[in-house]
Amino acid sequence: MGQTITVTVNGTAHTAEVEQRTLLVHFLRETLNLTGTHIGCDTSTCGCCTVHLDGETVLSCSLLAVQADGSAVRTVEGLEQNGELHPIQRAFYENHGLQCGFCTPGMMMSALGVIEQHPDASDDEIREALEGNLCRCTGYQNIVAAVRSAADEMARN
Amino acid sequence: MATTERLTSGGVGEAVLRKEDRKFVTGEGRYVDDLKLPGMLHAAFVRSSFGHAKINSIDASAALAMPGVHAVLTNATLPVETGVLSASNPGGDVRHPEQAILAKEFARYVGEPVAMVIADDRYLARDAADAVQVDYDPVPVVVDAEKALEPGAPLVHAEYDSNLVKTLAHVTDGFADALAKAPKKISLRVVNQRVTPMPMETRGCIGDWSNSTGEVTLYTSTQVAHFVRTFVSIVCGTSEAKVRVVTPDVGGGFGAKLNTYREEFAVCAASKVVGRPVKWIEDRTENAVATIHGRDQVQYYEAGVDENGKILALKFDAVQNNGAYNQLLTPSISHLTLFMVPGCYDIQDVSITIRQVFTNTTPTDAYRGAGRPEATHGIERLMDAIADDLGIDAAEVRRRNFIKADQFPYASATGLSYDSGDYHETLEVALELSEYAGFEERRAEAAKRGKYRGIGLSTYVEVCGLAPSAVTAALGIGAPGWEHSTVRLHPTGKATVITGTSPHGQGHATSWSQITQTELGIPFDDVEVIHGDTAFQPYGLGTYGSRSLAVGGIALYRSLGKVREKARELAAHLLECSIDDLEWTGTSWQVKGSPDRAKTIQELAYAGWTSASLPEGIEPVLEATTFHDPPNFTFPFGTHVCEVEIDQATGRVEVVNYTAVDDCGNVINPMIVDGQVHGGIIQGLGQALFEETVYSDDGHMLTPTLVEYLVPSAADVPPMTLHRTTTPSPSNPMGVKGIGEAGTIAASSAIVNAAVDALSVIGVRHLEMPMQPARIWNVMQEAKS
Repeated sequence: MGQTITVTVNGTAHTAEVEQRTLLVHFLRETLNLTGTHIGCDTSTCGCCTVHLDGETVLSCSLLAVQADGSAVRTVEGLEQNGELHPIQRAFYENHGLQCGFCTPGMMMSALGVIEQHPDASDDEIREALEGNLCRCTGYQNIVAAVRSAADEMARN
Repeated sequence: MATTERLTSGGVGEAVLRKEDRKFVTGEGRYVDDLKLPGMLHAAFVRSSFGHAKINSIDASAALAMPGVHAVLTNATLPVETGVLSASNPGGDVRHPEQAILAKEFARYVGEPVAMVIADDRYLARDAADAVQVDYDPVPVVVDAEKALEPGAPLVHAEYDSNLVKTLAHVTDGFADALAKAPKKISLRVVNQRVTPMPMETRGCIGDWSNSTGEVTLYTSTQVAHFVRTFVSIVCGTSEAKVRVVTPDVGGGFGAKLNTYREEFAVCAASKVVGRPVKWIEDRTENAVATIHGRDQVQYYEAGVDENGKILALKFDAVQNNGAYNQLLTPSISHLTLFMVPGCYDIQDVSITIRQVFTNTTPTDAYRGAGRPEATHGIERLMDAIADDLGIDAAEVRRRNFIKADQFPYASATGLSYDSGDYHETLEVALELSEYAGFEERRAEAAKRGKYRGIGLSTYVEVCGLAPSAVTAALGIGAPGWEHSTVRLHPTGKATVITGTSPHGQGHATSWSQITQTELGIPFDDVEVIHGDTAFQPYGLGTYGSRSLAVGGIALYRSLGKVREKARELAAHLLECSIDDLEWTGTSWQVKGSPDRAKTIQELAYAGWTSASLPEGIEPVLEATTFHDPPNFTFPFGTHVCEVEIDQATGRVEVVNYTAVDDCGNVINPMIVDGQVHGGIIQGLGQALFEETVYSDDGHMLTPTLVEYLVPSAADVPPMTLHRTTTPSPSNPMGVKGIGEAGTIAASSAIVNAAVDALSVIGVRHLEMPMQPARIWNVMQEAKS
């Protein structure tokens, strides 16, 4: 059964008819072709699909697209502005905070949520806050360094 | 990113930031699930819900009645020539039962694919798969490898008289005497539990078969595109020349994608049936049963030692759980264990027996380290058991047994030639950095806080750089171990590097560009690296076994040398001098002592292309290809020191300090090497503390998601202190060894040794993995009672 929804994604309003059971992550990936948001598990455990919904950090695999009707979604594709990387993107690059890159979009979106709410978070607090985002490559050391670095840079600006 | 952002020159040895990264941080990476082909349909698999069952019938009528369902394929209707093939036959008499692409008469493990549904979208495909009715008769199940060897155990494959796959054996002539004469014998049983690789990207593939040309393109998340191509051609019955395998970005592998899987063949064959591209994306629960597992080896050690703790003879008996079938390399994984049983110790008399066994479980195969973590974990536990038994310090017992720096090249009791090493040095550096000497004060301080604190060592050596082709042939592996590279200079002076390696996070585009800049003077940013598409590569063996740099990197180094030498002949011709009059400046050939008489590599690339004036016998264009077959393996080594604290109330083990001193020979990019070590250690930590793939006795998978199967998060792991020593490999001209697996090979034993040391104050002498709180709490209660 179809339902028409309007979701503003990275500043652009999209109106589409979706099956009511369509997950938000599939709406982003399959309908809008925004494939930067990834799927890593079936159980809301890995955090690969993390996006921002009206400013809140959410798992797009655990929301229906119809629940996002009328909302504003921000995905990894919305971070870069005018060809300039967002500080969180620069920090992951400069700190070797990624290897295979699969967890990276979700990890950055979670990290951004942490920084925006707790700009002075300690390294231990960053680790706790990222507990819901799994990375199998990096051992997290450089991810924590990247988030610390991005937080510092965002605080300066 | 702009060159000016980099603080490095881009050459070898520098921490150059990765050129791969921009697409990943902007969401422009392209993984298989990101690809859409015109007319593409979606596949879902019906999988066995029984550990062992006879398949009586499959009723697909309800599924086929659903609008949008195009086909339901079974063993009877999927057009393939054969089942999955294994490339591994050590000793020549390994039992290789048929592994049909879709189960034929029996399903032998939970998750074995029984039928395949093709539909318009993936939701519908899943619904239709659920509507397929399979009538099963469950039959007896065996999941434990030791039980599978007992008389009367259920047979996984009824055509054999037992569940034994193969016995690997190696005994030195002097072993029996040496063991008999040893004044003391120390025994230890070690369980290296089954684990699941869990790359963050599951597997997935798209088959696109053209019925008009017979050509098939397979997009797949793999570490070994060319293996897949060769096997698709055999299984699906088409010319290898008509098969193209494309590896887009791959979201982690860890050995799980060093394989050729049923689904890769099935999507090709299904595409042939429906005449449209067919995509399958594994979900996580499928990944837990349909993708290979690792480890699952039970080991029995007996060491004959003298009064000083020197090992005189070592007996190793193990049972390896191969799962229900042999995958690409399954029988060879425990062969790698066999090689490394003596570890970094001078033990010349060994008796090794490894029995490989079929069970009703998902097949095991290469998982980061692949047979070597099992060897290292066991021998490092044994060294601590010897130290404990004789009252010798754990570091000292290792010093007394190490192969010494002046013994290299060292002929091991298992037939390997260790290339180079200085095990004493990494040990002493690690002890210093970790403040090993002052540990007892930290133990005492922790006790006041209600914590048992312990310190543990792992001194490891691994065999990497797989592999010399003569050796792989001798080991019964039906594939070579060389690697390919092509270096192509364009008229504009830019370079294309084509490599047979298949990076999935390792940063080859960056490292290969650094090597190209250093060896040929083409700036880092002017180098493009192509990999993972069989249409561009003559052949490639791929990325696994810490081989990419030591084999593929050397193939590149040699092609760069060939291009540089061809450029030299061209320069001599253009400068009207002898090639002996020229010297290489790093970016140009110049007449010795005359900087004004020189040709840059870019000028020579242009001259080679225009071909206006070439020396006699020289073909146009600066391009070279190399197939490099390594003369030997490489042997990275090191010492890891771990400190843990165990909560006396809950049994929770926390790693509070971790120091790693690794020696992987010369380093191309220290930032990337550190990243590999970090990630490797945390995978070893995962096995030590959290991870275990569990089956019920009746064959059900009890850890099918990331909820039950605990992968470490950022909150679970410590910051790590890394350091390196440098002992170049003499086996290759860059002196490199490999680092992809070292952390995982080293870490688990350092952590377990630390935990045993922590609980030694209450009499605990051994712990098995994973050291989850409940297990440790129980051990503490038993020890106290």
